[in-house]
Amino acid sequence: MQQFPCPWCGKRAEIEFRYAGDAGVKRPERSADDTAWAHYLHFRKNAKGPAKELWIHSAGCGRWFLLSRDTLTHEVAGSEPMA
Amino acid sequence: MNPRMAQGGAIDRTKRLSFVFDGVSYEGFAGDTIASALLANGVRIIGRSFKYHRPRGIYSAGPEEPNAILDLRHGARHDPNARATLEPLADGMDLRSIHANGTAARDRLAFVDRFARFIPSAFYYKTFMWPNWAAYEHRIRSLAGLGRLDPASRAASAAHCHAEVDICIVGSGPSGLAAALAATQSDKRVMLIEERPELGGSLLHRAATIDGSQSAAWVSRVSQALQDRGVQVLRRSTAVGLYDHNVLTVIQKDVPTSANGERLWLVRAGRIVVATGAIERPLLFANNDRPGVMLADAALSYLRRYAVKPGKRVVVATGNDSAYETALALCNAGSVVHLADTRPESEIDPALAAAVRGAGVDLLPAARIDTVIGRRSVEAVALDNGRRIAADLVAHSGGWTPSLHLYCHAKGKPQWDSVAGGYRPGSKVAGIETVGAAAGLWDLDAMLQHATASVGGQPGEAPRSGTKVRQWTAPLAAPGSGKRIWVDLQNDVTVSDIELAVRENFSAVEHLKRYTTIGMGTDQGKTSNVNALTVLAARTSQEISKLGTTTFRPPYVPVSMATIAGAERGQLQWPIRRLPAENTHRQEGAYFRDYGGVLRPAWYGVEADAIAHECVAARNDAVVFDASSLGKIEVIGPAAAALLDFVYYTPMSSLGVGRARYGLTLSEGGIVADDGVVLRLASNHFVVSCSSSHVAGMVAQLEAWRQDRFDLGQVFIHDATAHWATIAISGPRSKRIVAGFELGVDLDDARLPHMGVAQAAFGSRSARIARVSFTGERSYEISVPATLGARLWQSARDAGASPMGIEALGVLRAEKGYIYVGQDTDGETMPHDLGMAGPRSKRQDSYVGDRSLITPTASKANRKRLVGILTDGSTPIPTGAHAIDSNAGRKRSIGYVTSSYRSVHLGHPIALGLIEGGLHLGSTSVDFEHLGQSFKGRLVPPCFLDPKGVRLNA
Repeated sequence: MQQFPCPWCGKRAEIEFRYAGDAGVKRPERSADDTAWAHYLHFRKNAKGPAKELWIHSAGCGRWFLLSRDTLTHEVAGSEPMA
Repeated sequence: MNPRMAQGGAIDRTKRLSFVFDGVSYEGFAGDTIASALLANGVRIIGRSFKYHRPRGIYSAGPEEPNAILDLRHGARHDPNARATLEPLADGMDLRSIHANGTAARDRLAFVDRFARFIPSAFYYKTFMWPNWAAYEHRIRSLAGLGRLDPASRAASAAHCHAEVDICIVGSGPSGLAAALAATQSDKRVMLIEERPELGGSLLHRAATIDGSQSAAWVSRVSQALQDRGVQVLRRSTAVGLYDHNVLTVIQKDVPTSANGERLWLVRAGRIVVATGAIERPLLFANNDRPGVMLADAALSYLRRYAVKPGKRVVVATGNDSAYETALALCNAGSVVHLADTRPESEIDPALAAAVRGAGVDLLPAARIDTVIGRRSVEAVALDNGRRIAADLVAHSGGWTPSLHLYCHAKGKPQWDSVAGGYRPGSKVAGIETVGAAAGLWDLDAMLQHATASVGGQPGEAPRSGTKVRQWTAPLAAPGSGKRIWVDLQNDVTVSDIELAVRENFSAVEHLKRYTTIGMGTDQGKTSNVNALTVLAARTSQEISKLGTTTFRPPYVPVSMATIAGAERGQLQWPIRRLPAENTHRQEGAYFRDYGGVLRPAWYGVEADAIAHECVAARNDAVVFDASSLGKIEVIGPAAAALLDFVYYTPMSSLGVGRARYGLTLSEGGIVADDGVVLRLASNHFVVSCSSSHVAGMVAQLEAWRQDRFDLGQVFIHDATAHWATIAISGPRSKRIVAGFELGVDLDDARLPHMGVAQAAFGSRSARIARVSFTGERSYEISVPATLGARLWQSARDAGASPMGIEALGVLRAEKGYIYVGQDTDGETMPHDLGMAGPRSKRQDSYVGDRSLITPTASKANRKRLVGILTDGSTPIPTGAHAIDSNAGRKRSIGYVTSSYRSVHLGHPIALGLIEGGLHLGSTSVDFEHLGQSFKGRLVPPCFLDPKGVRLNA
């Protein structure tokens, strides 16, 4: 049961949050080629180690935010609002 | 001779307890465990082994027990796998052995042991294969297994407890208590967890002096001090797992308010001190599984804690000092004791040797047990020098294995200590301290100081002991081959099984474990893991430290599923949502079903053709339908239109105020996600009415794009679904009925056309009326505050509208070709497959899923498209029937039936389906197949009634 720091509500148990994927994924324009669009849909870094992730405090304030978390050790480096 | 001694022990001889084991009545005392009571009554055979059905006795005095697992019934409580060594005896307990056919003492399957050589490890990969393993499997499985589940025992458990503390100490032996004492010096919240009813750990049976007091007195003093200082102590509680960010799961037992007697705790601690001690490591010798062979520390524990002498003629076998206390104590209690030490005289502490010899123990240096003699119980012991000693108890100790489970759960990496002959903590884990015997420490003073320092205390403040115990364990040589030597008692795995695995090249430790099942029993190999590694190392000529270990996973001991569930059962696990007017529907005789998590009327009444009558009423008169669970998500603000334009495939910014529009939402992959009607109440105010089962998903989708792409001050989402009841009146007579409600709305079709919305009033409260139809008839959906839904329903009923349920609605909408997303669409369906291609070709602005609609896959010719299906005759083609193409010489599915009904209004069956190419197949006959039956269908446009929608304004 990990514990995450919501930037607005403070430290809460993992069960209050929902994972929303890798941070920094940019939605391509309509003019993107098939490969670029397929990468946007299906490819993610899936980092083994330090990662920047999107999480939602769905059982709390409902806000999306960025979490810096090590996917191997589960160490949490910090959180911040989405850019 | 009665094994129970007349004096001593921590039992209460004034409280006699009766219990039954395998049908025979016995007595014990308060303070006994089931195991100590059985031993006190001279019960030697308490079960049969897993594979060979060999008689087994009590082996240990703790959670590492591999043999004494019993079926326990006590009042409402039923535990099919109770550990006799931990479970306190209670009056009226009914206990049974769990693996014998008959009783443990008289097992009809005992003959199986004679065929042992045909059923070594992994025999099931090589034998019982012809003609089919399945022919033997059932019989073989019924011969194995530990315990039987009783479907009638369904006791629930209490709600979980959550605790947050600064320091949590697991284990209340000397190190745990020292750490707890030191932890209370500051203002920290401290919790102490102890598996047994009493604090003290090994101090309850091992003699020591601490701070001038005998062990028991010191423990007593410290317990009081901890209580006075406000430490939260959980007794009869086992920490079974350590999880992320320092969370411990703890199973607390003897909880009076819990039906199954247990409660799960989740404890988050700033710091965890693991003071879980060490488990005695067995010696290996032939027939070491006989009743009467037990761990030396266990024998001492039964003697000192429970005043039970487990044997009159004892052979203590060891290679280290700790077993000497057992030999001395048993000798002083009147047993004849022989002490076989594998070390030569020169390596034995002279003081210890003198002490045991002085008491009358027959000390035999450089001696090791070769085999145990006796079948149902120990009768004699044969040493490796040929000498034979008559005995009824073998108390053996091969050293100590630190209990590192929690440390390993926290991803600590243990390292092999070849001097101690065991694993001790290696890598440092943040927030976790391992102390005491669990850290591989043996010297009591060193342990007390280390434990004190672990919580930030000063070593000078640590309790002091003068007791010198040199826990020196000599490295164990692996035993010779050729005899039956048990390594894992619970799974019946012997040294020869390990040798077999090595011969067959399953010699990596992970392979050895899985091939032999060593360490895979419910005891998690607590008494077998290290010995298995020792044998493996010897047989593969490797160093143990190079072998690695398998992974320790929670739980440390087995945990009941009911306890894990806690209070989350039934409605507390999956609460069903209900309509505001549910009671009214019940009074109307509604038959309820769960639709997408909402309890809704499927139909009304008990007639076999209730659905048909409701359909007729809808098309010819008027029906009233409760649509309250449909989504009502308000999207408000200057950017509301822009947000909806992005989230919806169907543009909404062009929707006029006072109008409604049907639209689809897509996933980013272009797949149809949901459909619904959007109402525009004002330029900055929309209401999204999505399907009932998708409300949460729709809210999440709107919020996700709102937070990603928009200024949060420019648009807000508000889920008002539960605040409104929505009652729909539908049918040719609907307008006349609604007019009678006096809603303050001009119902003239010019003022309120189909797909128009207006503010209204119901009594003194606001209401909303929308002309939206899912039946294909003229319809009015009236939303009122939820508490007024029943009254509005009643008004409609009083005006003569018939009640209509979901099933009838399903038929009516199918007649019109209106889809259910998720039923008439699947994981590949895109909007143009449904005939809605307009936005795809016309929209230039961005919306969710836009780019996915112009990929090669999206554009290919033979995509599955929505079609109508007619059939001759009166039997509907079943939903899920596959459309079959036989042209290429073999059969291929080209789609399937998604919805299928008998249409009352039309007088024939109708169906919708997704078929490759859709109507391009022409209206030629298509074959369908379903579960071995064949059907013939004709493809037609997916609308069977009133394609121009004249009835909407009739």
